[in-house]
Amino acid sequence: MSPLSFFFEVLIGGLLSGVMYTLVALGFVLIFKASGVFNFAQGAMVLFAALNFVGFTELGLPWWTALMVTLAAMVVLAMAIERAVLRPLLGQDHMIVFMATIGLSIFIEGLAQLIWGTDVRGLNLGLPEDPIFIGDILVSRADLMTAAVAALLVLGLSLFFTLTRIGRALRAVAEDTQAAQVAGVPLGMIWAVVWSAAGVIALVAGLVWGARLGVQFALTLVALKALPVMLLGGFNSIPGAIVAGLLIGASEKLAEVYIGPYVGGGIENWFPYALAVAVLVFRPTGLFGSTGVARV
Amino acid sequence: MERPADTVADSAGRGVSAVAEPLLAVNAIEVVYSRQAMVLHSLSLSVPRHGIVALLGANGAGKTTTMKAISGLLRSERGEITKGTIQYDGQRIDRLDASRMAARGISLVMEGRHAFGGLSVEDNLRVGAFTRRDGAAAVAETLDMIFSYFPRLKERRRSHAGLLSGGEQQMCVIARALMARPRMILLDEPSMGLAPQLVEDIFGIIARLNREEGVTFLLAEQNAAVALRFATHGYLVENGRVIRDGLAAELASAPEIKASYLGFADEGMAGFTERKRWLT
Ligand SMILES: Nc1ncnc2c1ncn2[C@@H]1O[C@H](COP(=O)(O)OP(=O)(O)OP(=O)(O)O)[C@@H](O)[C@H]1O
Ligand SMILES: [Mg+2]
Repeated sequence: MSPLSFFFEVLIGGLLSGVMYTLVALGFVLIFKASGVFNFAQGAMVLFAALNFVGFTELGLPWWTALMVTLAAMVVLAMAIERAVLRPLLGQDHMIVFMATIGLSIFIEGLAQLIWGTDVRGLNLGLPEDPIFIGDILVSRADLMTAAVAALLVLGLSLFFTLTRIGRALRAVAEDTQAAQVAGVPLGMIWAVVWSAAGVIALVAGLVWGARLGVQFALTLVALKALPVMLLGGFNSIPGAIVAGLLIGASEKLAEVYIGPYVGGGIENWFPYALAVAVLVFRPTGLFGSTGVARV
Repeated sequence: MERPADTVADSAGRGVSAVAEPLLAVNAIEVVYSRQAMVLHSLSLSVPRHGIVALLGANGAGKTTTMKAISGLLRSERGEITKGTIQYDGQRIDRLDASRMAARGISLVMEGRHAFGGLSVEDNLRVGAFTRRDGAAAVAETLDMIFSYFPRLKERRRSHAGLLSGGEQQMCVIARALMARPRMILLDEPSMGLAPQLVEDIFGIIARLNREEGVTFLLAEQNAAVALRFATHGYLVENGRVIRDGLAAELASAPEIKASYLGFADEGMAGFTERKRWLT
């Protein structure tokens, strides 16, 4: 295998693993964009979704039924959060809402384990294990399918945001909450929709990460993978989350392979943060983060 | 000191023409922010059907607070109406959520424009129609009607609202409010930061909307000279209290207005540039 092919193999493998970072980051970005709140509970939602799916399949439901029931559970969870946490805190400082999401994450983790127990469960999505060759480059088919699902998810979300009445209202709330309210957009409904969408993303993230790591408490920690992605891509940019996720995935794998041997390996854990910080020095709002198009 | 309700109603009714029931009646409201800062003290005003009423006052007088109290926005700013009531079309609205007002027929155009910068002009307008249930055809008809008032917006319907000029943005948010087919528009400082000719244009459109579409307006303005030229009635607010009200023509020559230099500093438009004096 030529050095160039090897480079591309590492690059493509990295890009595909970057898709998984993007998946986690998208949930954060969506909520941050719509309400300015950093949702600490996103990792807990990933665990909750994955545990529900595995739990329902273990009860004997066919996978698509389990998927639908879990989706419904995520929507119910979103509506409950809107009612019990967000609505009472309307108008409070974002820091207070952030603190509330810390409490929320502990609650969701507890609830998930109360219902389904604390055992580590395996999750087999039945994705093909054997890689395929593209030219002389080896690519994981499971990763390719994950990327395809993620792409469909992003496409679906962006169509929803641009073409539907609710999607348009949601962008309006993200731009200017009060002005959207006086135009007749009910905040509670929009938040429930946004948190449901974040729940759907958490479900997809929970499935792909759960299949890789096993469905267990540590799944909440995949949230840590999203942090450098958001630092790099900006907290309120969906394209930013996509590009930054891919960038981090690719560069950390390349760094692992090409720099790792000189520093004794283990680069993957800190490299994304180093990259994000390096970029922030030059662009404090991240690659895509902005304060919005504004001219006064 | 609280005034008894009947004297309040009396003071609100003074100077207002003989229309039996006003479209909007603010009855002796008291507004407190963050449980400590009282900003409005027993403020009353009434807006007759199809009228244009000007709410005048210097910086910090309480105009915006009054507008927010009417439109239900106080809650999201940790403000509260602690006394008094607000009635619209004979029904109390002071406990309603801000997002319920549009469906009732009241639209607020906030101070400082607040266009959705990242949305196209047309999407801005479509958000304005969020609460309508009368179908796409009716909404398209309203859109056409609005474009006939604001031809400039039609030309720029595909641009991001954030890239419009200040005047175009002001038109965009007024147009957005109109999309809900409101009976009443609350307009907070439409003249802010606009060149005199543009202010004239915008007030001209307000007058036409009032005449041709029957829209009732409550306008908060520092620029009293212009506002009173187009309004039927006016209220002068100082430190959260109405200190004078009456027919616009009478108010324009009232000593309180002259004394407060609200847009009359050097007669007419020159006062516009003098506004910042009131910051000190
Ligand atoms: N969210 C808030 N919390 C506390 N105080 C506030 C708040 N908003 C306004 N105020 C205070 O209420 C008073 C009235 O403000 P308001 O914005 O209603 O005045 P205004 O007449 O609209 O002035 P301007 O012409 O400058 O817009 C001011 O003293 C202001 O500092
Ligand atoms: Mg104001």
